Amino acid sequence: MNNNTYFGGILDAVKSLTIGLKTSIKVFFEHHETEQYPENRATLTFTDRNRFCLEMPHNENNEHKCIACGLCQMACPNDSITVTSEMVTTEDGKKKKQLVKYEYNIGQCMFCNLCVTACPQGAIQFNQEFEQAVFDKSKLIKVLNHPGSKCQERPKPVIASKPTATPQGQPAGTQTTGEPKTETGETPQQEKVAATEPIETKKED
Amino acid sequence: MFDFSIVSKWFHDLLTDFIPEWLVIGIECVIVLLFIIVLYAILAIALIYLERKICAFFQCRIGPNRVGKWGLLQVFADVFKMLSKEIIKMRQSDRMLHDMAPFFILTASFLTFSCIPWNKGLEILDFNVGIFFFIAVSGIGVIGILLAGWASHSKYPMIGAMRSGAQLISYELSIGMTMLTMLLLCGTMQLSEIVQQQADYGWNIVRGHVPAVLAFIIYLIAGNAECNRGPFDLPEAESELTAGYHTEYSGMGFGFFYLAEYLNLFICAAMAATIFLGGWAPLYFPGLDGFNTIMSYIPGFVWFFGKAFFVVFLLMWIRWTYPRLRIDQLLSLEWKYLMPISMFNIILMAIVVCFGLTL
Repeated sequence: MNNNTYFGGILDAVKSLTIGLKTSIKVFFEHHETEQYPENRATLTFTDRNRFCLEMPHNENNEHKCIACGLCQMACPNDSITVTSEMVTTEDGKKKKQLVKYEYNIGQCMFCNLCVTACPQGAIQFNQEFEQAVFDKSKLIKVLNHPGSKCQERPKPVIASKPTATPQGQPAGTQTTGEPKTETGETPQQEKVAATEPIETKKED
Repeated sequence: MFDFSIVSKWFHDLLTDFIPEWLVIGIECVIVLLFIIVLYAILAIALIYLERKICAFFQCRIGPNRVGKWGLLQVFADVFKMLSKEIIKMRQSDRMLHDMAPFFILTASFLTFSCIPWNKGLEILDFNVGIFFFIAVSGIGVIGILLAGWASHSKYPMIGAMRSGAQLISYELSIGMTMLTMLLLCGTMQLSEIVQQQADYGWNIVRGHVPAVLAFIIYLIAGNAECNRGPFDLPEAESELTAGYHTEYSGMGFGFFYLAEYLNLFICAAMAATIFLGGWAPLYFPGLDGFNTIMSYIPGFVWFFGKAFFVVFLLMWIRWTYPRLRIDQLLSLEWKYLMPISMFNIILMAIVVCFGLTL
């Protein structure tokens, strides 16, 4: 298409302009890409990578996985997480931290995901709820732990010599994070994990 | 075909029975004026809606669909918004010229608008130099654009107006040439006569075959340029000049420019329909008598609007397909290609008419 003569140029122009017209009229009758938002609410889907609001998944017994360690609060660059905890003594005489209130201010959050990566328990995650507009600023502060919830019982430390057949400490509802986990299984590294903390370790991204 | 002049003659005779003739003509002028203004407004609304929808469809979008059913009330909402806006007075601008400019454009637009033959016997301005008058008054619009650019005392409007002047003057030549080509075929400048011929002997684009099709294509290109639209929207060039010559206008001053722009599009399309596609003349196939009788039952103004909006669609198709030209490309397209081709086309048409090669 590099015809430099006068008439050749005209012919080339007519040819390429016709191609343009053909393309645009084809598009004219094609499917429209526009998403009509309030109407398509039922079918609207986002990719998993979207981070819209922090949430703390609870299982059917109203148990979450937060151990109130406060790592997320420390990791947060914007101070949007406030963890309130108390010390309780368990029946076998051990002192233990317990979550009272997990406050999350979505108005300050910049959705960096650092809290989720910092959490050793996989207790928090970002969800797909994007309709977060409210009329009152105070409604932006959300309490993530449900009323009356408690930390879920973790599996007892296992003896290294006899690995557990099934990971008992994995009740339903804990898989929702979608984070890669190493199960307490037959891996040789499992001994060390079981000796220190009987929880799943998170892989670094 | 229904002749509308029966109605207008009946109305005229009815009034002259009661009141003196000068008063009757006065009343009729007012009625015609109202008719023009109302039609102008309705067409502007229809065209703006069409433009937004067609533009959207060409870009895989849906277009306005929230105000009213299918977004039909969107244009009304826009107009009320524009009416409620403040008219800003700029320091250092030439106030009188600045306020006058939109009216020049509107005048040109109204005058050309009243040349259009809507139906058999339904013409407002119809005399023996119709096309000449049409070309002459469409030139007034350039004054409005230049005034708007000059009086705004701002750089963007000035550049836009200068570009517009260069563009309109160049492309008016092509428009004139193509019209001349068709005049060779028709042998008359009276618009009603041109359409009547096409009703009797077939549409000009068929009758004049090769040169007429060439002229039609050139007319579409030059017409798009005359309306400051499509690939030739340099005077407005949003990305370069914000809005070109009407950057400094607000409220209804801008509204008039906007209105005139769309009406010029319609006038351009209506002229193409009148000169090339047979105006209100229905579609006839020689030999198919049953088909022809059915076609002649469709009223003339329906045919006219159908053809005009078909050409409007063609113009919008061109507009939303091609990217904007540079000023040197624009001028070389006109002076190096369209002009010589349309000159050659006139000679071709002369040969065709001379040797009786018309269909």
